[in-house]
Amino acid sequence: MKKIVVAKTGNEAMAEAMRQINPDVVAAYPITPATEVVQIFSGFVADGRVDTEFVPAESEHSALSACVGAAAAGGRVMTSTASQGLALMHEVLFIAAGLRLPIVICEVNRALAGPINIHCDHSDTMASRDSGWLQIYSENSQEAYDNTIQAMKIAEKVFLPAIVSVDAFIISHSMERLEILPDDEVRSFIGEHRKPYDLLDIAHPITLGGLDLQDYFFEHKRQEIEAMKEAKTAVIEVGKEFGEKFGTSYGFFEEYRMDGADIAIIALGSTAGTSKVVVDTLRAKGMKVGLFKIRVFRPFAFEEIKKSLEHIKAIGVLDRADGMSSIGGPVFHEIRSSLYESEKRPFITNYIYGLGGRDIFPKDIETVYRELNEIAEKDEVKNLINYIGVRE
Amino acid sequence: MPSLKQLSSEKDLFASGHRACAGCAASIILRQVALVAGKNTVFVGATGCMEVVSTIFPYTAWKVPFLHNAFENSAATASGIESIYRSLKKRGKITKKINVIAFGGDGGTYDIGFQSLSGAMERRHNMLYLCYNNEAYMNTGIQRSSATPYGAHTTTSPAGTVIPGKQQFPKDLTEAIAAHDIPYLAQAAPHNWADFTKKVEKALSIEGPTFINVLSACPLGWVYPTHLSIKISKLAAETCFWPLYEVENGIHKINFRPKEKKPLLEWIKLQGRFRHLLSEHNKHIIEEAQKEVDRKWDRLLKMAEAKI
Ligand SMILES: Cc1ncc(C[n+]2csc(CCOP(=O)(O)OP(=O)(O)O)c2C)c(N)n1
Ligand code: SF4
Ligand SMILES: [Mg+2]
Repeated sequence: MKKIVVAKTGNEAMAEAMRQINPDVVAAYPITPATEVVQIFSGFVADGRVDTEFVPAESEHSALSACVGAAAAGGRVMTSTASQGLALMHEVLFIAAGLRLPIVICEVNRALAGPINIHCDHSDTMASRDSGWLQIYSENSQEAYDNTIQAMKIAEKVFLPAIVSVDAFIISHSMERLEILPDDEVRSFIGEHRKPYDLLDIAHPITLGGLDLQDYFFEHKRQEIEAMKEAKTAVIEVGKEFGEKFGTSYGFFEEYRMDGADIAIIALGSTAGTSKVVVDTLRAKGMKVGLFKIRVFRPFAFEEIKKSLEHIKAIGVLDRADGMSSIGGPVFHEIRSSLYESEKRPFITNYIYGLGGRDIFPKDIETVYRELNEIAEKDEVKNLINYIGVRE
Repeated sequence: MPSLKQLSSEKDLFASGHRACAGCAASIILRQVALVAGKNTVFVGATGCMEVVSTIFPYTAWKVPFLHNAFENSAATASGIESIYRSLKKRGKITKKINVIAFGGDGGTYDIGFQSLSGAMERRHNMLYLCYNNEAYMNTGIQRSSATPYGAHTTTSPAGTVIPGKQQFPKDLTEAIAAHDIPYLAQAAPHNWADFTKKVEKALSIEGPTFINVLSACPLGWVYPTHLSIKISKLAAETCFWPLYEVENGIHKINFRPKEKKPLLEWIKLQGRFRHLLSEHNKHIIEEAQKEVDRKWDRLLKMAEAKI
């Protein structure tokens, strides 16, 4: 198979995947730093390189609403947004998932206002984590591309929508090496469009999205919950198949030098890349450190995470969002909860970092490892919640 | 154009058994629209009385495909359906003509869904948007909307001892949509079924976005006996409070001119929501409302005369 090697930004990589997927409808609205995805895609439409009907909506709320209409009418549908745009879609996110429509959003993680900011953190997708969408975080352009392709297939397998995200600017705007698969290979990998319904099937009229009260709503939600469980199997199957066909397999998470590790950092997105460099440096010095990168945050691989982490002595969870609960970030809570049943129960601390695009440096990550080392040695957590690189 | 007799022999596509109040004009409107549009039609309805009364799971009054998304986005949702339809048609995967009709109440159209509607009209999706205007948020218990008439009592513009009902004149949504320069739009009311169904038929035959604003009498919110819906609807046209007119390619045409314009009071006095206006010290409110009706009717006459 002939892969093309190019240099592309995260946004370009996602737009390229969208072109190859060739959705029936894309309805979108521009927002920094995801604007480019929509712009590039409009170019594909203008040049006739896709069959897509492009709906340049007047807001993200309408963009996702149009996606819901198009998907319910049997279309393969995608959109793209970031931050405020995802927040404006919030109401419709739940509806799309509740109606079981396999829409894919190419998302760029940007801090939610206020105050307003355009740089990276994960507050936008974390605020949508309970909406019934799959969430796949990407470390780099290549993953953004690979994840977009897989997301479409997974979504259509389980009839749930999916968000694929990249870190604002750090990935969305950084040029990296990207291997592009042949168009026909991508299309045959994703396969024929599987649609949950077709409103345009006039001969078989259905009513969709009707009022669902005490006597049925719960059953419908229960099915949605079950679909999210099934999504776990689909993520693994599709990630494996992707590997068999194209060389790189994907799962819920990536364990980087976790073999024999005593201490580990957990991270999502681009920070995983930075952490790998630090892991290599520290390993070279003889420290038993590893990185646990979460790729799929929804569904959350509770059991698998417990199994992979319970033998670690001390874990530092990096959260690029604070849940404003007064007790740390969302990833921290879920990891901690995963390990509750473990007899070994590692020490776990939380590091909130990078809000509003504040850089995180290798030296910061090194500090985390040193603190984890101390915890492991002294059998004691001094600070449960820590903040990296903030003036206090 | 089918006659009423023909229409009444057609099978209903908006079936009986829905849970609208007795005398609800909105349900008559939807039934008429569905009959005219026929079975090759997809409907999108906004949250509000009509969605609520017609779709309680596992039942449905709709014998044609129907989608409810949310309150403020039926136009945007329909634009997605229309887009996929256009895409499939272009690629030869679908051959028959399918109508896309979105509807919402006045709340879902004048207020919270205004942006979504404006966007869909501006993008020129081939759809009919129909507003059933019962002049308040009925589904949530009769709150004021920007379509609520001047002086009307609603639960958020109550007739109090100091403030006598709604203090603003209604928004002229029909003209706001006319400003979008779409090929066809109209105002209608269900008492004049021939005029209304003709407008629906015309709108559906036109390529591009079309809009019909239908006054929808509501016994519960307007406070009158259920058998008066059609009479009240008729009076709204006869007083020129709700002119029946259309705008085709930018040209206003009046479809009903009363021989003698009836005083607004005749319409007002049948409705409990205006009861407080009948007292002597609120007389000026009726006078102001009458003046506003006169001003707008005169303006409409002039536009029709000038063929603009
Ligand atoms: C975003 C949002 N805000 C508020 C509501 C509550 N709500 C549901 S229906 C409705 C009023 C509907 O009024 P209208 O559109 O005039 O339709 P009607 O009920 O009068 O037929 C409101 C306020 C909602 N469902 N969604
Ligand atoms: S409240 Fe009014 S609009 Fe709603 S169902 Fe009853 S009569 Fe119809
Ligand atoms: Mg209303």
